Amino acid sequence: MAVCIAVIAKENYPLYIRSVPTQGELKFHYTVHTSLDVVEEKISGVGKALADQRELYLGLLYPTEDYKVYGYVTNSKVKFVIVVDSSNASLRDNEIRSMFRKLHNSFTDVMCNPFYNPGDPIQSKSVFFCAHTLSIFYVTIH
Amino acid sequence: MADEALFQFLHSEIIQYINSAETGESENGRCVSKLENMGFRVGQGLIERFTKDTPRFKDELDVMKFICKDFWTSVFKKQIDNLRTNHQGIYVLQDNKFRLLTQLSAGKQYLEHAPKFLAFTCGLVRGALSNLGVKSIVTAEVSVMPACKFQVMIQKI
Repeated sequence: MAVCIAVIAKENYPLYIRSVPTQGELKFHYTVHTSLDVVEEKISGVGKALADQRELYLGLLYPTEDYKVYGYVTNSKVKFVIVVDSSNASLRDNEIRSMFRKLHNSFTDVMCNPFYNPGDPIQSKSVFFCAHTLSIFYVTIH
Repeated sequence: MADEALFQFLHSEIIQYINSAETGESENGRCVSKLENMGFRVGQGLIERFTKDTPRFKDELDVMKFICKDFWTSVFKKQIDNLRTNHQGIYVLQDNKFRLLTQLSAGKQYLEHAPKFLAFTCGLVRGALSNLGVKSIVTAEVSVMPACKFQVMIQKI
């Protein structure tokens, strides 16, 4: 299902990034990095309807040949990016939504953890757990 | 409601603890800034939770309204009574019956102790705002006991 999951801080540096095929990790770093421009464009909302941009889920950011990149921005301007294999055509929009929802829930738990320092890279098991379940899903489908 | 009482007891116990840990000349200032920093971190965490299901904010005023209504209701079980602004980055939040001051007697007797009871909340508001991307300075003032005013000065980048 998901092949790469990234959490990016307010100031656009990565807090957490994990991908499933570990050998091509750098490629996903680039993909996620590129997606930040699209995210920026979407939340500044140039020439867009207001109702549209007030949702936290941003939808499909851009498709590449092999992957689809989806984005989500919390109210605290933390960005979530999920990269999905585009061969998986059966994946519906609300499935992506629920993946982001889970990720957001885990992230809030991390933020409310008194031992976590806001702005530090996330090493907590909580988000890892979430990413883990998503990638397990990926393995069972293929 | 039991959780209300717990928060109040914990809050006054924290003040008591920090106050007793600090001794010396500048004890009061140090105590206030410690409480303020504590509140800052709590505010950051809380706002992350509270804004999880809310739509994106339009502007600064929208954020302030959220603080006055939803945030205040969740923490203090009531809304801010009056929000005023000069539209140039200064907001005054007035609470006529501030929950953390209701346990203190209403006279002038304990007025000098009031800043300690407001420092945590100042930090709470500052932390919440900073996590939403609004850098600010928050100060509080009390003239008559259970009522108090929080002044939020937005720092333009």
